[in-house]
Amino acid sequence: MSALLEIENLTKTFRTRGFFGKVKEVHALNGVSLTIHKGESIGIVGESGCGKSTLANLIVRLEEPTSGTIRLDGKDITHLKEEELRPLRRRIQIVFQDPYSSLSPRMTIGQIVAEPMRVLGGHSEAEIRERAETLLHMVGLQPGALARYPHEFSGGQRQRISIARALMTEPEILILDEPTSALDVSVQAQVLNILTDLREKLHLTYLFISHNLAVVKYISDQTVVMRRGEVVEMGPSDRILTAPSEKYTRELIEAVPMIGKPFRLLEDPAESL
Amino acid sequence: MEPILSIRHLSLSLPVKKGMVSILHDVSLDVAPGQILGLVGESGSGKSMTAFAVTRLLPGGGREKIGGSIRFCGEELTEKSEKEMQAIRGRDISMIFQEPMTCLNPVFTIGRQMTDVLMTHQKISRSEAMKKAEDMLTSVHIRQAADVLRCYPYELSGGMRQRVMIGIALSCRPKLLIADEPTTALDVTVQAKILYLVREACRRLGTAVIFISHDLGVISQICDNVAVMYSGHIVESGAAADVFSQPEHPYTRALMAAVPKFTVSAAAGDKLFAIPGIVPDPSEPMAGCRFAPRCPYATEICRTRPPADTVTGSGHLVYCHNWETAVSSAGNAWGKGDEA
Repeated sequence: MSALLEIENLTKTFRTRGFFGKVKEVHALNGVSLTIHKGESIGIVGESGCGKSTLANLIVRLEEPTSGTIRLDGKDITHLKEEELRPLRRRIQIVFQDPYSSLSPRMTIGQIVAEPMRVLGGHSEAEIRERAETLLHMVGLQPGALARYPHEFSGGQRQRISIARALMTEPEILILDEPTSALDVSVQAQVLNILTDLREKLHLTYLFISHNLAVVKYISDQTVVMRRGEVVEMGPSDRILTAPSEKYTRELIEAVPMIGKPFRLLEDPAESL
Repeated sequence: MEPILSIRHLSLSLPVKKGMVSILHDVSLDVAPGQILGLVGESGSGKSMTAFAVTRLLPGGGREKIGGSIRFCGEELTEKSEKEMQAIRGRDISMIFQEPMTCLNPVFTIGRQMTDVLMTHQKISRSEAMKKAEDMLTSVHIRQAADVLRCYPYELSGGMRQRVMIGIALSCRPKLLIADEPTTALDVTVQAKILYLVREACRRLGTAVIFISHDLGVISQICDNVAVMYSGHIVESGAAADVFSQPEHPYTRALMAAVPKFTVSAAAGDKLFAIPGIVPDPSEPMAGCRFAPRCPYATEICRTRPPADTVTGSGHLVYCHNWETAVSSAGNAWGKGDEA
């Protein structure tokens, strides 16, 4: 199996200027390497600030890496210019966490879903419309939705619209950055089931980012655990969740509240400044 | 033990553009000192509104209508004036919310904000209050309490802010603490510590706690009793251990089947149970059970007559006509993953 996306030694350092002009460096991502094969579903888990979203933003080049390389089909795409990047953007799409802020309130669902294909160019309006309808159907929405506005839809429906939009350009890789974190469990279940079906039907490769270990376990074959900008461990999801080799992964799993799991008494509940 | 808070047949209507809309229907619950009652349900189920009705922090601008009775320490809260309620809030009933940053004032130090609360409700000087505040922070396991008192909210992490909020909430030794999704914005490892604190405070101070969350895992771990809400009504309630090991209302069962667990994976062909349809609009009148349109066990009677609260063999209160059918056909309608 050949690698579709290879990430090597990727580093991102943010410089912030504090009070009195003191420059502070934040290592959001520190030498992360990762290989994603075609058709795989890779889950990335970690707590806030572990660098999981930075990784997503670097892959779609919403942010520029400080160092390291990103290769798509063996071709280095780390430093491509905006125009050269455009054909690649077709192949990698992203779905964000907040279904309220990621859809423009002034556009109809039809316009929102059609936009990536219009930007790409080379398609007739009829083609675009047909594909939009097909995708909306695949995510379980009626064709009537096309003429309506985002505020008329619930959070779960909006997230399905975001997924349909991301799939318009027939991408191979879909990056899902906490796509169900803002949803209720019953709605989360709907979205996760749709994602599972879509992956099968469209032979998609997923990079699924979440802080919820059970969700990652459900959706992904491989799990990567991150902490403070670095990969703690990675491997088949079954192994990571049942027999983790790192202490941090065990702590993380231990902390997840589950029905039927007894309440754990902490040895040291204290927090210092 | 005698309950400290006893809600009976509580109903709530809030003013909207066209008249009033009914938010809560016939909610009854009890909380005893040193006990944690979990209120669980999805967004729009009315769990926060139940809490706001108790503290009367309602968004109706005074035009809301409360029916039924809320008895707290033997007194009827629904008959209290706004002024009397103000004295009760913060002293006898405290609340903590999801986002501690929006509850703390960014321009005052933690110490100033903690002492303000103490000085509002007790006749003590600033320095005495400061000493009490420091003790309070130490009791929520903050190591450098004196340093934290001098900090501004932005200087603290999310977990630390939530500790401070708990410290403030407990500073007047309230009889009832209402925690509304206090750990939803936190990481799991921090959440574990905050849950520990809430439970410890409840046991140590004998505070009664209403813990509101959409997370069944969290509720199942720290609560003694649980009430599952759907569309403004309690559909199932009982001891948490019983309700979660033997859910009897179709909605509780559906919710539990929708939660991803470490034992299920899409690769193995497992499907999560997604409840079809959406939560009904509260302004929509419904003759029967409000869950009926989404319930696979619904029969004619469900659509025409509201069910009565039934005490089942396992001692839960279940609000359903057909709970026996639902329980006996276990695993069929909700698919795999029903057994948590």
